[in-house]
Amino acid sequence: MLALLSDQPLLAALSALLGLGAIFGALLGFAAIRFRVEGNPISDQINAILPQTQCGQCGYPGCRPYSEAIADGDAINKCPPGGEETIQALADLLDVEPQPLDAEHGIEKEPVVAWIREDECIGCTKCIQACPVDAILGAAKVMHTVIADECTGCDLCIEPCPVDCIDLIPRKEGIGFWHWPLPEDRAPRFDIIATDTLARDAA
Amino acid sequence: MRQIHDIHGGIHPPERKALSRPGELEPAPLPPVLVLPLRQHLGVPALPIVNVGDRVLGGQTIAEAQGVMSVPVHAPTSGTVTAIEARSIAHASGLQDQCIVIETDGQHEWLSFTGITEWRALDAAALVEHVRAAGVAGMGGAGFPTAVKLNPGPTRPIETLLVNGTECEPYITADDTLMQCQADELIEGAQILAHIVSAESILIGIEDNKPDAIASVEAAIARSGAEIELATFPTKYPSGGEKQIIEILTGHQVPSGGIPADIGLVCVNPGTAVAAKRAIIDGVPLTHRIVTLTGEALASPQNVTACLGTPITALLTHAGLNAAPQQRIIHGGPMMGFAVSDLNAPITKITNCLLAPTPTELPLPEPAKPCIRCGHCAEACPASLLPQQLYWYARAKDQEQLAEHRLFDCIECGACAYVCPSQIPLVQYYRAAKGQIRDSEQEKRRSDNSRERFEARQVRLETEAAEREAKRAARKAAAQSKAAEDGADPIQAAIERAKARKAEQASEPEQTP
Amino acid sequence: MSLLKVTSPHASGQSRVSAVMRDVLLATLPGVVVLTAYFGPGTLVNIVFGGLIAVGCEYAIVALRGRDPKVAVGDLSVLVTSTLLCIALPPYAPWWLIAIGVLTSVLLGKQVFGGLGYNPFNPAMVGYVVLLISFPVQMSAWASPRGLAEVPGLMDTFRHLFAPTTIDAVTAATPLDLLRQNTGLLFDDLLTSSPELTGWGGIGWFEANLAFLLGGTWLLYRRVFTWHAPIAMLAAVAICALMGYDGGSSQSGGSALFHLFSGATMFAAFFIVTDPVSSAVSNKGRLIFGALIGVLIYLIRTLGNYPDAVAFAVLILNFCAPFIDHYTQPKVYGTGSRES
Repeated sequence: MLALLSDQPLLAALSALLGLGAIFGALLGFAAIRFRVEGNPISDQINAILPQTQCGQCGYPGCRPYSEAIADGDAINKCPPGGEETIQALADLLDVEPQPLDAEHGIEKEPVVAWIREDECIGCTKCIQACPVDAILGAAKVMHTVIADECTGCDLCIEPCPVDCIDLIPRKEGIGFWHWPLPEDRAPRFDIIATDTLARDAA
Repeated sequence: MRQIHDIHGGIHPPERKALSRPGELEPAPLPPVLVLPLRQHLGVPALPIVNVGDRVLGGQTIAEAQGVMSVPVHAPTSGTVTAIEARSIAHASGLQDQCIVIETDGQHEWLSFTGITEWRALDAAALVEHVRAAGVAGMGGAGFPTAVKLNPGPTRPIETLLVNGTECEPYITADDTLMQCQADELIEGAQILAHIVSAESILIGIEDNKPDAIASVEAAIARSGAEIELATFPTKYPSGGEKQIIEILTGHQVPSGGIPADIGLVCVNPGTAVAAKRAIIDGVPLTHRIVTLTGEALASPQNVTACLGTPITALLTHAGLNAAPQQRIIHGGPMMGFAVSDLNAPITKITNCLLAPTPTELPLPEPAKPCIRCGHCAEACPASLLPQQLYWYARAKDQEQLAEHRLFDCIECGACAYVCPSQIPLVQYYRAAKGQIRDSEQEKRRSDNSRERFEARQVRLETEAAEREAKRAARKAAAQSKAAEDGADPIQAAIERAKARKAEQASEPEQTP
Repeated sequence: MSLLKVTSPHASGQSRVSAVMRDVLLATLPGVVVLTAYFGPGTLVNIVFGGLIAVGCEYAIVALRGRDPKVAVGDLSVLVTSTLLCIALPPYAPWWLIAIGVLTSVLLGKQVFGGLGYNPFNPAMVGYVVLLISFPVQMSAWASPRGLAEVPGLMDTFRHLFAPTTIDAVTAATPLDLLRQNTGLLFDDLLTSSPELTGWGGIGWFEANLAFLLGGTWLLYRRVFTWHAPIAMLAAVAICALMGYDGGSSQSGGSALFHLFSGATMFAAFFIVTDPVSSAVSNKGRLIFGALIGVLIYLIRTLGNYPDAVAFAVLILNFCAPFIDHYTQPKVYGTGSRES
């Protein structure tokens, strides 16, 4: 056998390569089974990234169905509430190129919450049925109200309201939500705020 | 003699403390209008309990605390409430916030107060309640509700009450002045606070660039006869950071993400101690504070006792502001303070200094150059961070790496930006990155919550549908069994009934409308 | 009156990038003076010619990239790059060698990555290595020191720059070359047969190293960089040499003093290894970074095929810098006891 191999260098090289291939293949196969990582199914990971507004702007009835559609190969740029950040996170997760938001499904807006003008509410419960996260409290013929902390701002309650008493108001307004912006490159290092305070006070 | 430890990094900017003549204290004139923000502290804003048009007396509670992380607001003098509305406040954002506006009447009519002289007989909970009701919040700059700090919980036994008289920021002399002018009250306040947290010892730390304050506090300790330790240590910025002074005086480090109480310390500002003393012994709420008015653009830099709610412009005018066409007014010190964007904004419980520099005194920053990774920032960082790495990751918005490099251990002292040869506004990068991370954590919590609620609703809808289906099936089964009993097919019967009705309609003449 | 809104801190220290770069340039002066004194005005002419090309190139590229070229040139970093490269080039190099080196440094070493602060490799060393690999003959033609040969005057040097054939600049092997090429001779024999090797590091070389040590010490005093990387590198070179030196057999690598004071050792320690942009960032990281460069310099000098090893050693460690950074993060306040 050895003599044959030393006489036939081509054969020797081939068998060495084949042998190596077989050994490493077996090793890899073993490792794949032995050290298998139980990960979330990909759709769960996608769903964890989606903003869970359940607004249906993507064309699916909620974030879970859209996450399953993405897992099956749908585009990642159909979620206006998530915006660029969500697209970037999805692109990182799925290792695909990030795309700009598909304007067909809407544009990225400031987060909002629904707010019911309570003296106009007639207590029809239509909005309660429309709310995907059960964030509206009320019963037939009595006034309804939105639990602001639970509202996703999906705007699905606006359409069913027969008296148009629901507004969407910005969720992140006021000093409590402010934080410093990142400095801009090559922008002036200071702002100038015109004021006539002192002149007025002196007068 | 206590062993003094050194902290990593730190810088020595020009101190400029003599400019505001520490040790001299005068009352500021009463302005015609006081603007009292409902949020002068860290936490939930207070809730107004007066109405527009009400006459209020000095010391009257005009807004009460909402929950634990909140402190009440009191009227600093007598007058009339003229508005409760959003006004410009002294905040880095330049945004407005809810304020109570009081037109002062100059009568100085005050509620009468009864203090507690026998405070040693009271238990901690009762005293904390008095401190909370008096509206005391940390007066060093952050405005943390003092009542919360005084309640570290049973799992954190407190050994030492530490009074932080470092005042390491250049220019500011408010604490220095307070320690010189109100040293006896400071000692009393420290004893009360130590009693509340059951601390075994009291330690007062003062940087060695304030010899007058050191002498004054030493004398007050001797007068009180109490066993209080006074420690002095070399001047270096930012020794006055809470975590830094703790390491300097004890050699221990506050665990990352923890509070001083985790290692048996409660750390307060001297102003807070004095406010606590007044709250307990005099029964007087926090309505005034010492403010340093300084900078070369002021004709007479000084320290004043001012009513909370006094507009910044009134104080600056009092100190003789000689404004440049483009003037920078800094709330706080030159290292950590922010530029004010409306001079009508009022001073609050956290306003320790108003700084009006001339352009030559504190030149405007040059455009930032690229980072050359010189590492000066890492050497200056008191938290031993790698500021230049944090800077790259903040630019890249790489939240994972920012956490890895411990962004949240940054105390935003500005030492890194001070030494940066490229003049990069490093602190702003860290503040922005922290804000973004907090935002996305909040959004993550919200979206997790929404997902749960959505899924719960899906389950509910499915159960309801299943129940309906079951009921329908049951009804159908009942009807079928009834028909079987009757011996006729009910569907067939219904079809025949319909056919009969149709035939009847067809035979009738067609009606014209 | 209008209000100015600026972010904190409002006070700022004195340190500026351009001042740092200016200090580095000033610190090369003693070395350049000594090189000129011993090898003639070749290095000086290199620096002036290279500097002109570098500034022109940087200006053009930055302008093309739509940034302010005056700011980029004003920070003096491009002059530091070209000056360091030109000091490393042999005196009396032809003009095209300098031009190619400088353009490679500025374009491939720096600007393709985004300019100052973004380059992963030391730009001067990128230029040097490209030249060393592409033009080994020209790159190893180092001038003979004064005393062993006639040194050209300034005018001759300029003429030589553009017409290398008009004068015969006398070239000789450097001490490191001699050591590497003569493995058959005992050390003492080598010394007697080669007058260039007189002194600790060879005529001129010892003095030049001393001058660069002087400039580097001044930079340390000015706190332009910390001591960690240069001292670690010098210590590593010395320790390796001590271990390899057996008193002078033919296979011996030269004494520690010889390695410290010959070739580009001091120049590398204080002017190349200390480049902050492409080195490790923490002090601990810089110790490792410097030490590994020192080890590589010794290994390549004694075992490798090139006369000096600084450029290769530095570039290899530039590759490793992010890796070193990852494992040498300092202990942050509050995350455990800090080593003092």
